[in-house]
Amino acid sequence: MAGNTEPLSPRSRLAVTAGRAAAAVSRAAGRGSGSVIGGKVALRLDPDLLQRLAQHLDVVLVSATNGKTTTTRLIAEALRANGEVVSNALGANMPAGITSALAGGSDARYGVIEVDEKYLAGVARDVTPKAIALLNLSRDQLDRAGETRMLAERWREGLSGQKAVIIANADDPLVVWAASSSPNVVWVAAGQEWKDDAWSCPACGGVMQRPGDDWFCAECGFRRPLPTWALSGDHVLDPHGSAWPIHLQLPGRANKANAATSAAVAAAFGVPPQVALERMYAVKAVAGRYDVVQYQGRDMRLLLAKNPAGWLETFSLIDPPPTPVILSVNARSADGTDTSWLWDVDYGRLAGHPICVLGDRKLDLAVRLEVAGVPFQVCESPEDAVRRCPPGRIETIANYTAFQDLRRAVGN
Amino acid sequence: MSDTSLRVVWVYPDLLSTYGDQGNVLVVERRARQRGLDVQRLDVRSDQPIPTSGDIYLIGGGEDRPQRLAAERLLRDGGLNRAVDNGAIVFAVCAGYQIMGHEFVNDLGERSAGLGLLDVVSSRGEAERCVGDVLGEADDQLRLPELTGFENHQGITHLGPGVRPLARVRLGNGNGTGDGTEGAWRDTVFGTYLHGPVLARNPQIADLLIKLSLDVNALPPTDDTWYEALRQERIAAATQPA
Ligand SMILES: [Zn+2]
Repeated sequence: MAGNTEPLSPRSRLAVTAGRAAAAVSRAAGRGSGSVIGGKVALRLDPDLLQRLAQHLDVVLVSATNGKTTTTRLIAEALRANGEVVSNALGANMPAGITSALAGGSDARYGVIEVDEKYLAGVARDVTPKAIALLNLSRDQLDRAGETRMLAERWREGLSGQKAVIIANADDPLVVWAASSSPNVVWVAAGQEWKDDAWSCPACGGVMQRPGDDWFCAECGFRRPLPTWALSGDHVLDPHGSAWPIHLQLPGRANKANAATSAAVAAAFGVPPQVALERMYAVKAVAGRYDVVQYQGRDMRLLLAKNPAGWLETFSLIDPPPTPVILSVNARSADGTDTSWLWDVDYGRLAGHPICVLGDRKLDLAVRLEVAGVPFQVCESPEDAVRRCPPGRIETIANYTAFQDLRRAVGN
Repeated sequence: MSDTSLRVVWVYPDLLSTYGDQGNVLVVERRARQRGLDVQRLDVRSDQPIPTSGDIYLIGGGEDRPQRLAAERLLRDGGLNRAVDNGAIVFAVCAGYQIMGHEFVNDLGERSAGLGLLDVVSSRGEAERCVGDVLGEADDQLRLPELTGFENHQGITHLGPGVRPLARVRLGNGNGTGDGTEGAWRDTVFGTYLHGPVLARNPQIADLLIKLSLDVNALPPTDDTWYEALRQERIAAATQPA
């Protein structure tokens, strides 16, 4: 449970130094923070570096389709109550980015690490985590991520035999399927609005029955486990039945769910729920998400939604009509080049909001909204879109690269 | 036509709705309503019987295991075949298209029986997955403009003499056999690898399905400004490599 006591081997030290140098060169060349290239260089010099960097830390891994960056921030904030934390706070969540982040925190006691879904099993093998938090799994980037159920299957294989305590969402059947290969699971009733990836039983393929918040498969008996932690409105219920209030600056039900899971993780590291939840209030925006930016006399709230489940949670947190909504969608390689997911999002829920559409794929959005019977305006630029909205709050919802474009355009 | 009703059945959304397949249902619904039709939409899960009284049946794409389960349940149910015998229209995409054929290769690497509604046989390709934009010239008999869509499949479909290809590809893979064909159709049953979803990119196909079900040659015009803008943009993007 101590910090970094044993020094790294000369080879590992060399790798860390070479990684830092590569990162500095990459930064100087204007290619972002350089953390990924730095991590790649370091891992090439010392393939076991990630393992070595982690061995002095109490590590928690966080993985999911949605909410992993935010939850990583919330957990990091909570664990700082007990000691220094190193974390890949900016979302570089593949092995190179994780290595680079850990190399920057030699005095830390805790490692709070976001992991891309596809890399979870491998990273879990390397870093011997004390805990693994699993939030949700749903369709995302269909042109290359492959099958959602196969991802759950890979988690399931990777987690069997894990010594870590798994802290998992009891309301997501795919997560439950993945986590239940482990003997040591803490179930959190964190809720899940999106249900369309789990109508088919992950165990046997039977049709899932979903009365109210419950779910079960009538064919094989696979069913929702009994949670010991739960999100209940604005409170977290702990295993003793005590209700702890959630106060977040981050909006929305999904972030309350992230806070509930984070409180359960914090408890596994000895931080009481009250302390953990109070500390989470400090998190205001995560890599620009949820930020409110003043632009041309309007208050633009910047919201990131990358897949149908994310859009659904986002629709539930925006201000009611007549607050205008700007939607922006790209389909570059970081977004996934297939836009068919737009049809899994119920844009009819935006009825009553004035809507402006933007982005590389604004015409896909236009047809989607036309078919939903929702009026909209197609805009040329963020400036053009904002001009069409009255002064006051604007909700801006964008997918990955469209979100980055918007941040740049409005000076965030 | 305001007294006419149209029953649109979405087959097995619990198993086959991976690539925005609901879009095809929504486009048919919307375009039928714009023509004054009274649309009844019925989403049928795979533990429910397929009604035989539908006018248009839409079936989508899905992952390998759900595809096998869907084929097994559709065969056991028998309703879709009976509906087609009664003249119903079927529009099937990707995994759903393969199920309409005689057989396909399932997630276990075995041959699964399809419904035999199209004279096609599907197998799994050895080459890389076909992913990307597709452009194709539709079959002359269908009198459709150029087809645009997005494909994402590993499957290869061989057409028998009992079907005609839906289109000849100008760009992309389509059926993946190397002969330039894409999709298949005969009478009232249509199959395609295109999604996007394909009816949003080609609303004329949605209109064709509606016309077939009403047995009319023409429908009142609709304002297709945005569909047309999207079509032109996708056709241009596909033909000008980035
Ligand atoms: Zn089951």
